[in-house]
Parts: sequence; C-alpha cells; structure tokens
Amino acid sequence: MSLILTEEQEMLQDAASGFLTENAPVASFREIRDSKNPDGFSRDLWKEMAEMGWAGIIVDEEFGGSEFGYVGAGVLAEQMGRNLTASPFFSTSVLGATAVQRYGTQKQKDEHLGSICDGSTLFALAVDEGPRHRPEHIEFAATPHGNGYILSGSKTFVADGHVADKLIIAARTSGEANDSSGVTLFLVDADAAAIERAHTPMIDSRNAANIRVDGLEVTGDDILGEVDGGYEALEGILSAGRAVLGAEMSGSSQQAFAITTDYLKEREQFGQKIGSFQGLQHRAAHLATEIEMTKSAVLKSLQLLDDDFESASATCSMAKAKSGMTAQLSTQEAIQMHGGIGVTDEYDVGLYFKRVHVAQQMFGDAGFHADRLAKRSGY
Amino acid sequence: MSDLEQFRAETRAWLAENCPEEMRDGDITAENQCWGGRQWEFQSEAQKRWFEAALEKGYTVPTWPKEYGGAGLTADEAKILTEERDRINARKPLSNFGISMLGPALLAYGTHEQKLQHLGGIARGEIRWCQGYSEPGAGSDLASLKTKCEDKGDHWLINGQKIWTSNADISDWIFCLVRTDFDAPKHRGITFILIDMASEGISVKPIVLISGHSPFCETFFDDVKVPKAYGDGNLSVVGEVNRGWDVAKNLLVHERGMLGTMSPLRGAKGPENLGGYAAEEIGLDAAGRLDDPSLRQKIAQAEIDDWAYTLTVERMNDEANAGNGLGAKSSMLKYAASELTKKGSELRMDIGGTDAATIGADGIEYDSLANTWLYNRAYSILGGTTEVQLNIISKRVLELPSA
Ligand SMILES: Cc1cc2nc3c(=O)[nH]c(=O)nc-3n(C[C@H](O)[C@H](O)[C@H](O)COP(=O)(O)OP(=O)(O)OC[C@H]3O[C@@H](n4cnc5c(N)ncnc54)[C@H](O)[C@@H]3O)c2cc1C
Ligand SMILES: Cc1cc2nc3c(=O)[nH]c(=O)nc-3n(C[C@H](O)[C@H](O)[C@H](O)COP(=O)(O)OP(=O)(O)OC[C@H]3O[C@@H](n4cnc5c(N)ncnc54)[C@H](O)[C@@H]3O)c2cc1C
Repeated sequence: MSLILTEEQEMLQDAASGFLTENAPVASFREIRDSKNPDGFSRDLWKEMAEMGWAGIIVDEEFGGSEFGYVGAGVLAEQMGRNLTASPFFSTSVLGATAVQRYGTQKQKDEHLGSICDGSTLFALAVDEGPRHRPEHIEFAATPHGNGYILSGSKTFVADGHVADKLIIAARTSGEANDSSGVTLFLVDADAAAIERAHTPMIDSRNAANIRVDGLEVTGDDILGEVDGGYEALEGILSAGRAVLGAEMSGSSQQAFAITTDYLKEREQFGQKIGSFQGLQHRAAHLATEIEMTKSAVLKSLQLLDDDFESASATCSMAKAKSGMTAQLSTQEAIQMHGGIGVTDEYDVGLYFKRVHVAQQMFGDAGFHADRLAKRSGY
Repeated sequence: MSDLEQFRAETRAWLAENCPEEMRDGDITAENQCWGGRQWEFQSEAQKRWFEAALEKGYTVPTWPKEYGGAGLTADEAKILTEERDRINARKPLSNFGISMLGPALLAYGTHEQKLQHLGGIARGEIRWCQGYSEPGAGSDLASLKTKCEDKGDHWLINGQKIWTSNADISDWIFCLVRTDFDAPKHRGITFILIDMASEGISVKPIVLISGHSPFCETFFDDVKVPKAYGDGNLSVVGEVNRGWDVAKNLLVHERGMLGTMSPLRGAKGPENLGGYAAEEIGLDAAGRLDDPSLRQKIAQAEIDDWAYTLTVERMNDEANAGNGLGAKSSMLKYAASELTKKGSELRMDIGGTDAATIGADGIEYDSLANTWLYNRAYSILGGTTEVQLNIISKRVLELPSA
C-alpha cells in the first residue's frame, strides 16, 4: 500500500478543509470560549457534521456510517486540528464508535451505531483515575451483585464527559490495581442517578468532567466486550484515539507553522523581514522537517488501523509520541517567533499552544509512549 | 495475476535463487559494499556471485534503459524489486558514485554516445568514479571554484586543485567541475567534465581522517590535457560549456537523494536495533528496564525518530511516483538522515562505554564501532552541510525572504 492518500481520501480532505474554514474557523472556537458556552461546542455544527457523514466516519455502511475508516477519521481530525474545531467528534465518533463497532455485541451495534452516525447520542470514555495517563492502573470497582455488578469509583479527565449521553467505563472486576487482566468495560447511561459529573473547564477551552459513581447497578447487558478481558479492548480503543489525536496534532502543528511562516515573511525589524534572519530560518527549516516526519508517522498508524487493527497498537503509540513532540515544538516556536504578540490572547498561536498541551497529555505524552516502546522491545 | 503481481512473484523467485545467504545481512557499509572498478577485488565468493547474477539481469542499475546496461524497470517495478530485496535483507549488488550520482546526471544531460560508454561502464562495474567538486576555497560555496580549464583547440588544459575527493586514489575516472570563464558571473563560467584519472599531470595525496583512516584525498591537476572527445559524439564535456552548474545541481539532488535515504540507525555496526544492543551490553534492572534510565529514554526517542524518518522516505518516494516531484524536500531527508546517523553511532558509543572507546594496538580498527562513529561525523558535512540543507529548505521549500 502506498503511504499517500487515495483520490477519495483527498476529496474528503478538500471537503473538510473547505467546510471547516468556512463554518468552524478559529474565530468560532473563540466565540464558544468567550461566551462560556456550557457544551463547549456548537450543537448546530455537530448536526451538520453528522449530516455530512462525519459522525459515522468509521462506521460500516450497514449501520448507517460512511465507512471511510481510520484514515478518513484522521483526515477530518487533521483539518479540525488546523481550525481548532471543538466538537464531540473525537469522543463519540472515534472512541465510542470504535468501542461499539469492534467490541460490541450485535445487539449493542444495532442499538448504538445508528445514533452515533446521526449525531444524536454522545459518548465519552472514562479511563484515567489520576492526572497522568495510566490505563493499566484501574481501581474503579465493579463488584458482582446478583446477575450483574455494582459500580463504584472515580474517573478523571473524561473528555466530553459533561455532555455525554453514554459513558464507557473501564472498571476492575478482578485482580489488583495494576493488572491488565481483570478489567471490564461497561457501557452505561451517563445521566443515571448514581453518577455524579463535575464539569472541569480545561486550559484548551474544551470541556471534560470528573466522574464519581456511587453504587450504580448494572447487568451483563451493559458489558462491552469480555468480562475481565476489557484491557485488550481498551488498548484497541486507545490506539485508535492515539492515532486520531496524532492526526489532530499534526494539523495543529501545520497550521501554527503556516501562521508563523506568514508572519516571518511580513514582519520587519532592523529594516528587513525577520524571516531573512538565519537564526529563525534554521529553526523553521528544522520544524518543517519534523512536520513532514510526523505526517508520515500519523498516516502509517491510521492505515494500519484500517488494514490490521489488532497489530496497530505499537505504531499508534509511536505516532502519538512523534506528533506530540512536533506539535509542542511547533506551537512553542510559533509563540517565540511572533515576539510580543505571540503571548497575547488576541493572537491565535496561543490557542494552538494550549490545545496541543492537552492533546499531548491525553492518552499518554511522548515520554509515556517512549517508555512503552522500550518495554515492548525488551529494554 | 496483474503484471505487477507477476513481476513480484518472479522477482521473489529470482532473488531466492540468486542472492547468496551471506549477502542477506542487509548491512551495507562503506567497508563491505561492492564498489567495482579496475582495481576492485571481491571480498568474498558470495559477493562476486551476487554481483554477476545481478549484472546478467541488469539489476546493478535496475531502472536504467537496457541499452545502457540496466533492466529498464518502471518506477513501480523498481519499488517492488527494492521491497523484495529488503524483505530478505539483501545487500545491493553494486553501489558507488557512478550509480548514485554520475549516472542520473548523464541520463538527463548526456549524449547517446556518452551514455553508451559511461553508463555501460558503470553498470558493468568496470569503472569506479570519484567526484571532483570541492576545492580548498570552495566548499559550501561550491560555485566559487577556481580550477582552471582552457580551450586549446583539440583539447582542454586543466590546472588547479580539488580536495576531499573521496577514494580518488582508487578511482578510475573523475567527474569534475572546472572554470572555463573567469569573467562571467560565478555560476555562468563552470563546466562539467569527465576525466580519466590515469591522465598525465593528475596526482593524489590521501588525507587522514580523525579515525586514522583515509577515505579521501587532495587531487592536483598540473597541465592535464583532456581530449575534447573520446569518440564520435562522445565529448568529454557533459552539457554545454559554461553551463556545467545545471548538471552539477542535478547531480547534487541525486547525491542528496542517496544520502537522504540511508537507513540511519541501522546499517552502522552492531546489532539491528539499538535497544536490543543496549539490553545485551548494559543489562536490565529488576523491573525489566534497561539499567540506565537516561540512556533508555534517549534510545527509545531515537528509535521513534528513525521510524518516522524511514516512513518519510517511503512517503516521499510514493509521492514522487505519483507525480509530485520531491524537489527541494530531498534536503529534508538529507538533513534528517545525517543527524540521525550521527545520533545512532553516538548512542552506540555510549552503550559500549569504555569497551567501545578501546582501540587496537595499531589504532582504530576499520571494522569497529569507533571508526563508524568517527566517520559518521562527516555525514552532516559532505554532500552539502546540515546548515546548507537548512538554508535550502528555508529558501526553496518555505520561501522565506533573503537578507
Ligand atoms: C509580557 C511582556 C511585557 C512587556 N513589557 C514591556 C514594557 O513594560 N515596556 C516596553 O517597552 N516593552 C515591553 N515589552 C515588549 C518587549 O520588549 C518586546 O516584545 C520585545 O523586545 C520583542 O519585540 P517584538 O515583540 O516587536 O518582536 P519582534 O522584534 O518583532 O520579534 C519577532 C521575532 O523575531 C526575532 N528577531 C527579531 N530580530 C531578530 C534578529 N536580528 N535576528 C534573529 N531573530 C530576530 C525575535 O527574536 C522574535 O522571535 C513586553 C513584552 C511582553 C511579552
Ligand atoms: C568524508 C568527506 C567526504 C567528502 N567527499 C567529497 C567528494 O568525494 N568530492 C567532493 O567534491 N567533496 C567531498 N567532500 C567535501 C564536502 O562536500 C565539503 O566538505 C562540504 O561541501 C563543506 O565544505 P567545507 O568543508 O569547505 O566547509 P565550509 O563550507 O567552509 O563550512 C564550514 C562551516 O560553515 C558553515 N557554513 C558555510 N556556509 C554557510 C551558510 N551560507 N550558512 C550557514 N552556515 C554556513 C558550514 O555548514 C560549516 O559548518 C567530502 C567531505 C567529507 C567530510
């Protein structure tokens, strides 16, 4: 397979770029932020996205999806990263759809995939229990009770957790906190009385929630995937998430860099364009190179998810690491090369800087993934 | 089966039958590759058999036209051949400056007669070429070169000096940049010329590298007479007189392409992957982690960078094949490859600790980690320095303003 987009994927890219720059540019993200919109995104926009088939981008046609696969999801995420578009796309259409489509029963697929595709049901994934991503560390308890379980525990930083209709919760059905076996995924209604959701505004002006569950009764029907074998499913869902976050960060890197190179060509100091100073040129050229490396890493991971999902974990992990580092560098340099206006709220580069920071933290930063690579390679 | 699938099947079978086991270590280095040339002696029977088998198929230069010694493969076929060769980790049967630098420039600028003689000689491994570009006063600013070339009617007369000429002492011919017009603007008075190293008046003096070895030379030209033509239509000058800069630039793009597609962390000495090597040398702690946390982090990081780089070579090739030429982006690959190559051997030296810093009684062994480490410092200098690549990216890819 070639490491380039197919014609169909390129058309999707053009369409997404056109639509988002027109309907969801950085200015509308600002508006959402400044108006303290409690959802953190525009419901009208999400409806339009769903109508274009984006909400069901990875969902098979038989369930109402547009079956564009993960490369398609990445193509969209990259454009969203460029425009800082806030939407439920990531939590619902990538994490939720992956969870249900790959690990759900026929009944669960029939029940949920349609409403993911039409945008009517929002999902959120509840994994972490502390400020750093530690997916193997799960204490959230699922205690056997009658034919089902009782869920109790806390989850942090559940992206879109404040608006979700459904929560996918990683809970412990057996074993100790750091065992990978003994984890089970539950798919539950987010507005159950036993669930308390505390909205946490984040530095990137997206929203998340801390969640406390106190004695929620669930049945076997609420289990997603295998009892005690949920870690594998979680790993699959996280892999998809990592690759798509990589695509989003790649888009943000590219756009922050584009804004910066435009500025280098326009701003004058010492009687010349600042882009003519070699001290800035070489850093820009280095960054441009890293951005190219990142594009390849991200595309490879997305292609592998489509091609051989089960084997994609290591690759998605590396793509997340590479894209995170590049995005960090790109947004840091964007601020620095703008001088004083780079640190103003009015100027967009700071928004990219903040979003990228949160996306880095989400599902593991570069150090986390370097550690995983080393572990997996036996060193 | 499609034609390409058919081709893949045939290629796989051909490789299985013809590539000797010893040539399947994937480990091409300057020391063990097959260079060819009049003075060439095969390093092993396997190397000879592999070369001869490839030669018969035109696979020493697979994409060159058949009439010039190649196999005339299309880009898609060539990609398959490379993939199949990589799949069994086969070395290239022949690699040298003729294949990676002069050949492509001749294909673009040479006459039919020039191609017949020189491409044929390269394809058959008969002639080893060296590159006469740099001079003591003309390094990064190559176009300021001063080696003088005068028109003497039936021949050219050359006087001057080249430096850093890799392998000049064991090469048969040299492709050279000379100045034919001292009054014209500097890029407009340069000519690209092909010279037999056996010509009277050429002398070479090896230069010793920081490793103690000597892969390059000073090359002196004292009243060297070069015929205007080596045969009918077979001129010594490639392209037009005074327009050699165009040929030189075309060749530099291929040189960068070659340097930019090396496999930086591999290829160098030592086990395949850095992490595995480190685990062997340093050992693991109780938690199964490399017993050196800071080195562990650096190695993992380098492996991720190397992986992304390797994919970028693949992606840019695919883009080029799909019709979007690589252009100045080849400088990105050259830059990344050189820096990663240095990084790889630095990490290997760190992993090896004082073992790696211990040398033989007669100096640094040719086949040692230390030699590779020292030589690799040159990768960000030769073929255009890292700074020059960054300048090219700034100007030609990013189109940043000039001072
Ligand atoms: C928080 C804050 C507080 C401040 N407080 C004050 C204050 O109280 N009073 C006051 O007078 N000023 C103040 N400043 C202004 C500050 O001194 C300027 O922002 C600074 O001098 C940079 O100028 P600039 O913002 O115009 O950036 P520019 O000069 O336009 O620089 C843009 C980019 O180009 C680079 N650049 C410029 N020239 C060169 C060169 N020759 N070679 C290489 N790179 C170059 C810069 O390093 C920078 O990365 C403040 C700034 C900030 C951010
Ligand atoms: C191992 C080895 C093999 C070689 N083989 C050959 C060969 O076979 N044939 C051949 O012709 N040449 C060969 N070279 C020469 C090589 O191409 C030159 O060394 C290279 O072009 C740099 O030139 P220089 O050494 O004169 O350095 P200089 O050009 O003097 O550079 C010195 C420093 O200044 C920096 N610099 C120069 N200009 C700029 C600029 N505009 N902006 C920013 N920084 C700048 C450089 O990056 C470098 O760091 C070889 C070199 C090495 C090390």
